[in-house]
Amino acid sequence: MIRLGIDVGGTNTDGVILNSANDVLASAKTATTQDVFSGIKKTIQTVLSQTDVKAGDIAVATLGTTHCTNAIVERKALNRVGVVRICLPSGTTVPPLLGWPDDLVNKLQAVTILVHGGYEYNGEPIAALDYDELQAAADQFRGKVDSIAISGVFSPVLGDQEKAAAAFFEKELPGIPVSVSSEIGTIGLIERENATILNAALMTTIRNVATGFERALKDEGIDARIYFGQNDGTLMTSTYAQKYPIYTIACGPTNSIRGAAHLSKEPNAIVVDIGGTTTDIGVLANSFPRQTSIAVEVGGVRTNYRMPDIYAIGFGGGTQVVPADDTWKVGPESVGYQLTEKALVFGGDVLTATDVAIGAGFMEIPEAQKDRLRDVPADEIYPLFIQKVEEAIDRMKTSSEDLPVVLVGGGAALMPEKLQGASRVIRPNHASVANAIGAALGDISGTVEKIFMLDELSHAEAVEAAKAEAIAAASEAGANPDAIEIIQLEDFPLAYLPGNALLVRVKAAGPLLIS
Amino acid sequence: MNLLNKEDIEHIAVGAAVLGTGGGGDPYIGKMMALSAIEKYGPVKVITVDDLHEHDWVLPASGMGSPSVLVEKIPSFEQLENPLRTYEQVSGVQASVIMPIEVGGVNSLIPVAVAAMTGLPILDGDAMGRAFPEAQMVTFHLDGIKPGLVAIADEQGNTVTIQPKDGFWAEKLARMTTIAMGGSSIVCDYGITGATAKKSVIPGTLTLAKEIGKLLHEQRTADVHPITQMLDMLGGFRLFKGKVNQIERKIVGGFTRGEASLTGIDEDEHSAFKLFFQNEHLLAEKDGKPAAMTPDLIAVLDEETGMPVTTEGLKYGARVVVCAFPANEKWRTEIGIETAGPRYFKYPYDYVALETLVKEGHSK
Repeated sequence: MIRLGIDVGGTNTDGVILNSANDVLASAKTATTQDVFSGIKKTIQTVLSQTDVKAGDIAVATLGTTHCTNAIVERKALNRVGVVRICLPSGTTVPPLLGWPDDLVNKLQAVTILVHGGYEYNGEPIAALDYDELQAAADQFRGKVDSIAISGVFSPVLGDQEKAAAAFFEKELPGIPVSVSSEIGTIGLIERENATILNAALMTTIRNVATGFERALKDEGIDARIYFGQNDGTLMTSTYAQKYPIYTIACGPTNSIRGAAHLSKEPNAIVVDIGGTTTDIGVLANSFPRQTSIAVEVGGVRTNYRMPDIYAIGFGGGTQVVPADDTWKVGPESVGYQLTEKALVFGGDVLTATDVAIGAGFMEIPEAQKDRLRDVPADEIYPLFIQKVEEAIDRMKTSSEDLPVVLVGGGAALMPEKLQGASRVIRPNHASVANAIGAALGDISGTVEKIFMLDELSHAEAVEAAKAEAIAAASEAGANPDAIEIIQLEDFPLAYLPGNALLVRVKAAGPLLIS
Repeated sequence: MNLLNKEDIEHIAVGAAVLGTGGGGDPYIGKMMALSAIEKYGPVKVITVDDLHEHDWVLPASGMGSPSVLVEKIPSFEQLENPLRTYEQVSGVQASVIMPIEVGGVNSLIPVAVAAMTGLPILDGDAMGRAFPEAQMVTFHLDGIKPGLVAIADEQGNTVTIQPKDGFWAEKLARMTTIAMGGSSIVCDYGITGATAKKSVIPGTLTLAKEIGKLLHEQRTADVHPITQMLDMLGGFRLFKGKVNQIERKIVGGFTRGEASLTGIDEDEHSAFKLFFQNEHLLAEKDGKPAAMTPDLIAVLDEETGMPVTTEGLKYGARVVVCAFPANEKWRTEIGIETAGPRYFKYPYDYVALETLVKEGHSK
């Protein structure tokens, strides 16, 4: 089975072709374009031109993209969202969107409605779902919203009311997509609701991405099954992604860490991904990205997502270097994708990190005009780069012990052979397209989070029930049911509740099913 | 801190998590309630214990039950106000000041929301100086003050009042009522006069929480590590630096009990450490010997940022610094130790003060 992996970043669009043994057959890197899809097409053309693989041989195409992250961060192309919270009579002290950045709230033009309903922790209703209130909400939404986000109290325990409300709106307002919180987040109403609202706001963005990608593939003669990368390092089908665009958030760093693991064969290492504008430092623990344990903000909004633990610094190949007093200021400004026009070695007039690394003799680019660097004290500036990266590596380590450091990304060549804190520095083949490789590698996953009452069933039965649900979810998302494994299992007793309430969280993943 | 502003509330939320010693519930939802109540009803005035008049009636307001329920079934405004109104109606007294019963965790800010709604000032002080799991674990109980009337409200519009014979019965009956209410309630109890408050309240704890939060917020610009600064501020001790390598949790009688083992790093490389918790961190052992015990405060902080790590947030591989701070003197009395010392929580030690344990540890 031949796979095509594409990763769209802020600066570059990378592509790889992998065979069924996951060997890299070809790779390419082109500048990300304004319209994104002409860049994707160019990457596909370039990568295909380097191998015997025919467009028709490609069975699977995966896309890791920053579209959704950028839409939220830049507040661009977001849908108008109708927000329904099923909670009354509870919940009024913390209304939806409280604490969100004003500019984002304005963009969403949200219409917010609280209705009666919701559940207790044991699944008993707080109140019956009130259809008159839903009807009133639908009347208010008509013509004013592009998509709807529904959250309900304790919906991860029982999602029936959310589903009933979703069915009501789908009938009442046909064509308006509905996102429900029980399918998106975990315990913690506010964080789950926030993620659901962001998900709803991304509906048009993800539809454009999916149709654009399909068209780009079709234009290049590729008839493949399409998958999208998620932030946990696994994949989802295109249909699934169009319901849950929020899962694509932060898949870029995850992809490069997974790609680095594959290329270096190191299960435990520090991964340094140097791009055009930033360097992301992550940690590889047992071949998967180490995740943060704290609530993560997306574009200034608190969610309860589990994200890869990434430390980002403003340093990359396009980073601008300017004199400051008796030393030099490195970044965070960057020429980004305009590196090949603006850098000194390419005939431009901006001193960039790439110029300095070439001047100091650590980097080679054939078309570089080295004579333009005559007046640059590269040997004086270059150590500042190393210091910046070494400090960041030290921050991410969990012990004083030296660890292997895997350098990936387009700017990997900026760094020397040795770094402080590194037991060795690994710069694998194809390092510059590690993120596209990570995007192509992913398994399909399914996650379940549920509260069980241990006076009704045993701990082991509860865990088994959750596992079975996670496996079913992975299978539904497109994994091969015969090869699904549990990749994450956690359980927490919930304090101050009778009946020994146990929260179980399970993630299952398996290779994608090709039929 | 005459009027609480948004920034103060952000800081208190962080400081309250440190003083929560791993429990007390994430202050986040309390912060959101306080912010939204202030936005809707106007600012909250803070007064000190010295500002109290003898005849003021000071009424603590708090959330009771499971923090996991509180973050789903968020209170309504009526639910916040009902215990106070019912308390006034049944007891015939008028509350003039609201106070937090517990400065650690989410209960530091729920009373701020009640104060905003009712237009009453909030007292800069509490009855624990930290977080504890049970209702009788308050300085009032240590000083022989009875809970008096207990008013408990849910989101449905139910309010239950109890007139318990003592703090233990208040805990038992209020807990059962809270469970019937779906596992989370708002409570007013231990109403006291200004004169009694002056004697029994631990003063200045809201300000203390704010200062801790401010310190952690400004850590990026500080030259000295935030944990070092915090130890200075609280007269505390740094017990151990290490990495979590094992965690066990189980539910005993409705409470999460557990223990975590840590492997030392840097200067503690050759030591082993154990943390015992029941919602809060209650006992710490270094190389098999007690290093700190309840009622003294045991805070587990992120090694890098100094941010507090909850007992639920303790994860394998977490790199932490364990610190301990002496509890308020009221807790270090015979009745204080009987109420919340290691034996009460069924740990096999007689209480030894933190300072003594630290001295013994050094003289080895």
